[in-house]
Amino acid sequence: MTENYMLSEARPEPRRRVKTNIVLEAKGITKNFPGVLANDNVNFDLRKGEIHALLGENGAGKTTLMNIIYGLYRPDSGEMLVDGKPVIIHSAKDSIALGIGMVHQHFMLIPVFTVAENIMLGDETVKRGVLDRKGVAAKVAALSHQYGLDVDPLALVGQLPVGLQQRVEIVKTLYRDAHILILDEPTAVLTPQEADDLFRIMRELAGRGASIIFITHKLKEVLAVADRITVMRSGHVVNTVTPAETDEPRLASMMVGRQVILTVEKGASEPKDKVLEVEDFKVNSQRGLETVHGISFNVRGGEILGIAGVQGNGQTELVEALTGLRTPTGGAVRFDGQEVTGSMPRTMTEIGLAHIPEDRQRHGLVLSYTVADNMVLCDYYHPPFGVRGIIQQKALDENARKLITAYDVRTPSPYVPASKLSGGNQQKVIVARELSRPVKLVIANQPTRGLDVGSIEYIHSVIVKMRDNGAAVLLISAELDEIMALSDRIAVMYRGQIVAMVETKKSTREQLGLWMAGAHVETA
Amino acid sequence: MELKRFGFIAAIIIVLFGVVVLIGSSQSSPLVIIGSMIATTIAVATPLTLGALSGLYCERAGVVNIGIEGMMLAAAFFGWLASIYMNSIFGWAALPSLISGVFFAILTGGLFALLHAVLSITFKVDQIIGGTVINILAIGITGFLNRQMFFEKGSIFGGNVPHAPGTLPSLANAIDGICNGGCDGLVNSISGTVIDQKPIALLAILLVVFTHYVLFYTRWGLRTRAVGEHPRAADTVGINVQRMRYANVIIGGLMAGLGGAYFTLESVPSFEPLMTNGRGFIALAAMIFGNWTPFGAWAAALVFGASQAMQINLQIFRESIPPQLAVLQISYIVGLTPYILTMLILTGIVGKTTPPAADGVPYEK
Amino acid sequence: MKDKFSINVVWGWLRSALALRAMLVPVLAVFTAMLVGGIIIALVGGNPFDAYLGLFQGAFGSAKALSETAVWATPYIFAGLAVAVAFKGGLFNIGAEGQLALGAVFSAWIGYALPDALGFDLPAIIHIPLAVSFGALAGALWAAIPGALKAYMGGHEVINTIMMNYIALNMTSFLLNGAMKDPSPTNVIARTPPIAISARIPRLFDPEVLRVHWGFILALVVAGLVWWLLWKTTLGFEIRTVGANPDAARYAGINVERTIVLTMAFSGMLAGLAGSIEVTALNYRHELGFSMGYGFDAIAIALLGKTHPLGIVLAAILFGGMRNGATRMQFLTQIPTDIISVIQALVLLFVAADAIIRYIYRIRTQEERVVLTRGWGG
Repeated sequence: MTENYMLSEARPEPRRRVKTNIVLEAKGITKNFPGVLANDNVNFDLRKGEIHALLGENGAGKTTLMNIIYGLYRPDSGEMLVDGKPVIIHSAKDSIALGIGMVHQHFMLIPVFTVAENIMLGDETVKRGVLDRKGVAAKVAALSHQYGLDVDPLALVGQLPVGLQQRVEIVKTLYRDAHILILDEPTAVLTPQEADDLFRIMRELAGRGASIIFITHKLKEVLAVADRITVMRSGHVVNTVTPAETDEPRLASMMVGRQVILTVEKGASEPKDKVLEVEDFKVNSQRGLETVHGISFNVRGGEILGIAGVQGNGQTELVEALTGLRTPTGGAVRFDGQEVTGSMPRTMTEIGLAHIPEDRQRHGLVLSYTVADNMVLCDYYHPPFGVRGIIQQKALDENARKLITAYDVRTPSPYVPASKLSGGNQQKVIVARELSRPVKLVIANQPTRGLDVGSIEYIHSVIVKMRDNGAAVLLISAELDEIMALSDRIAVMYRGQIVAMVETKKSTREQLGLWMAGAHVETA
Repeated sequence: MELKRFGFIAAIIIVLFGVVVLIGSSQSSPLVIIGSMIATTIAVATPLTLGALSGLYCERAGVVNIGIEGMMLAAAFFGWLASIYMNSIFGWAALPSLISGVFFAILTGGLFALLHAVLSITFKVDQIIGGTVINILAIGITGFLNRQMFFEKGSIFGGNVPHAPGTLPSLANAIDGICNGGCDGLVNSISGTVIDQKPIALLAILLVVFTHYVLFYTRWGLRTRAVGEHPRAADTVGINVQRMRYANVIIGGLMAGLGGAYFTLESVPSFEPLMTNGRGFIALAAMIFGNWTPFGAWAAALVFGASQAMQINLQIFRESIPPQLAVLQISYIVGLTPYILTMLILTGIVGKTTPPAADGVPYEK
Repeated sequence: MKDKFSINVVWGWLRSALALRAMLVPVLAVFTAMLVGGIIIALVGGNPFDAYLGLFQGAFGSAKALSETAVWATPYIFAGLAVAVAFKGGLFNIGAEGQLALGAVFSAWIGYALPDALGFDLPAIIHIPLAVSFGALAGALWAAIPGALKAYMGGHEVINTIMMNYIALNMTSFLLNGAMKDPSPTNVIARTPPIAISARIPRLFDPEVLRVHWGFILALVVAGLVWWLLWKTTLGFEIRTVGANPDAARYAGINVERTIVLTMAFSGMLAGLAGSIEVTALNYRHELGFSMGYGFDAIAIALLGKTHPLGIVLAAILFGGMRNGATRMQFLTQIPTDIISVIQALVLLFVAADAIIRYIYRIRTQEERVVLTRGWGG
């Protein structure tokens, strides 16, 4: 594959290496994990006051590199320099002392502690043997206000919305006088508007002298906010460019190593009868609070209804209640006209539901079981796999072989434990299992989360194929691009309610983003 | 503590006390009975309180410890052994022997806890299995050494159990000693009976308060709780998760050791194989019921203590038990109370409890 | 086609080699434990070599020794299977002791009381199965209670099964000192009257010479049945799935709560069998205190046998041999039999922390860790 993304024309004048301008440099970083070369001789530098994006798909090695810089991992070889001086970073303590702060993709916050307690953890002020809670709270209030990141120091973190939790994480780094900030996939849990807000904060921090590294796999973001973009793929750096020098297709090629089709091939939908009807549906969360407040919608055969929304607005509970993993507290669900409210998972499976779960390792697979066993996870009890209570091993084995070939699951054998497969192949196992039954309704919940581009393309094509074969598809995803690419109609969920229902053709990203953030939008 | 839980505890205590008072009222005045019940409850709840505190330190840091029973048993044995050694072989007086015994009991608890820590934290063995190993090891070692040292002809003590140096003196003795007999009025009063506790019992109450302070008001407590809720978050701010866990598990072991000392140095001056009799597990139930807080666990331990006190007092007032309640005469049936109570509490009928979020999960970098 | 065939052949071969590999750590664990035990023996003044020689002689050195080892191993097989079945279902059954005791008590009761109650004698072909299954049922119910508490109320089975043990102990003390006490004038201890001849399981050989009985054969058969159930039936698939990943099991349509109760009941049934076989095949009565210690031994056996029925049979024979041989060892060398408990604890220690063994003997295997602790389920 020719790497035709390199610009040969009009090179800007060579960047002068002004040593004092580079606050952080990583040279020749290599890191091995069992079976995987996560970082392969990586070189990376960060200039003062810049916002430097680290772009790559899942598994490219970005988070590993940052964890090394932050001290959570030690590199096998290579060195790091801060302000031109070589440093050895053994642990988070060292990096914090050097002024490096990191906001992780999955927040490192303790839900049962207050904001102040979370912020002071590890750097506690103690007055006469007792934690100085009041003093720290005052300091936090002042600091957060100073940077426009206001947050209540006495609030319990677990009760804060995700956007505010992220603020706490940022204030945590500022509290320790961090001037090098690493943000790992910060927009994964934000609405488009909240993401814009974050970029504003980032620019302001950079303006005040902070240097920011921000990891992402989203192309639009890097072009919007980065000063420089470093693309990583399979553990090594492909190139470092500025937004002016590149565009989305070229960045995508760099990320994946080949031409990438950024849109999904999709014909027009030909919807038939209603397959799924949901009426005034109410569901409680694990803690007993009502999380789905009486929503209604329907999905017809031959169409894809996408439910857009940031995670945590009731989607998880909705899907659990529709698939039998949770009992709804009110409302009705009809499948092909038949009343199925509150049915058990097996009933739903038997009438034609395929469920691709949000958390594949928790719900979708038994990691210690073989691929073959996982293939019959939902069907083991009936013929041909289970006859009068006895497992028919031959039928099971043959089924596994058939599906592995049909769905191109990369595995050395059907008898390998599922834990040994990559994320993409694990998802393929689930998809193969679910879609090899006669299926009328597919509920796909975050089906491509954490997957590589190749797997994402495959899953998308399978979903479209199901639709074209007449199945109804309910797609729930926090990735707005995915929703817009695949869905025929889009519903937006916010705080447990459907705040919008539009045809994809007639909607814009901005509109959807506003709805996702709970704002009211005038529709054309 | 939530109202429901508090109400449950209060109700049970009233019932337990009430039964004894009603039955014993023909033999003794109600106030005296209540006083004696309270005194017995506090004393008997001591190993439960210390066991619960032990579990608390471990679990708040994220390590499940079901080996408290074994730790207490081993501590009871080795503490007793040490006190006898000092007394018989080195010729120390009773009190110093007993105190050295307590010291060795605490040490034993700490050592067994160290083993549990190594298994659970470094080797990441499943923590319940690790705790079971501790229990089996303790039963085996104490049974073996008990027989070997005291019942074998060729052993150090020549096959006879030597005269043990008694048990730790209670507060009354101390007051007597100070007042030289002039405080009889105070000592013999009802409130005197109540506070006439032995050192370990008093120490246990102090440790409850101390643990509450440490856990919720100090840097150590904050970090411990962080490590038990979200160890990775603690790691990212520079806290050494393994070290915090080791330290807390060992402290838990020291508490269990003190709890073990109660059995052979404060309660009765002898060792019986398996004498802990499930107390270590009841202590865990107390910890769970107390929602992993020191005062909550202490309250639950008192409830269990009260049920045991009831059992003891019903035996004292045997003759006064009316024929309709004859079943109460049977110690086997009454003795079921703590166990059934434990199971009832664990069903969560009295409200859900929340363990530390990372409890029982080994931390992998 | 040929490619796929050869892959399967290679894979099958690898798996059997791995099976031998799988035995390596447990064997070394036992060896190391005995080594440490020998050191302890030496420290208290004994001669480890004489001690172990006596142990081995007593365990396997003669027909009588083998017969006694089989006798000791029988309840261990059942109890070990009980714990293993629970493990496979993701549950920790520490209540084997109580279930065993109740199984013994109730089968004894059927054994001695039923003919009197009915007024006529029963043929052995009815009486034996009745006594045995009654005991098994008692064990099953006793375990089903904590099982139900766990499944429907979230009560953790570790503490609940232990509590049930103490309750069972109290109950049997009560019964054996009272209503079920042997009324014969020469009896002073807490035990039942002897069971009727028609309830006794026959010995394998001349009863005057060797005590080994058909219960041992039954234990082996049951071990095979347990293997078949867990790996060849849909119920076994459900039990193992709930044990491996209860969330996925629910997703797969399995009724997790019902499976938990069934698993515990099944486990308790096996433990109850341990007790009832001891009564109907060996002692012909139930005596207080005989069931002490089985519970923890069963856990050690289940782990040593890697929760696989074949491994459990072997581990049970090993433990049975050690307990049996310890009497001879004590007779010859005055080392108390309690050292066996210490050695067994050490075996469990090394099996559980197999990383220690692997480190000492430089073995590199990648095996599944047994993971049961999931917190208290708050």
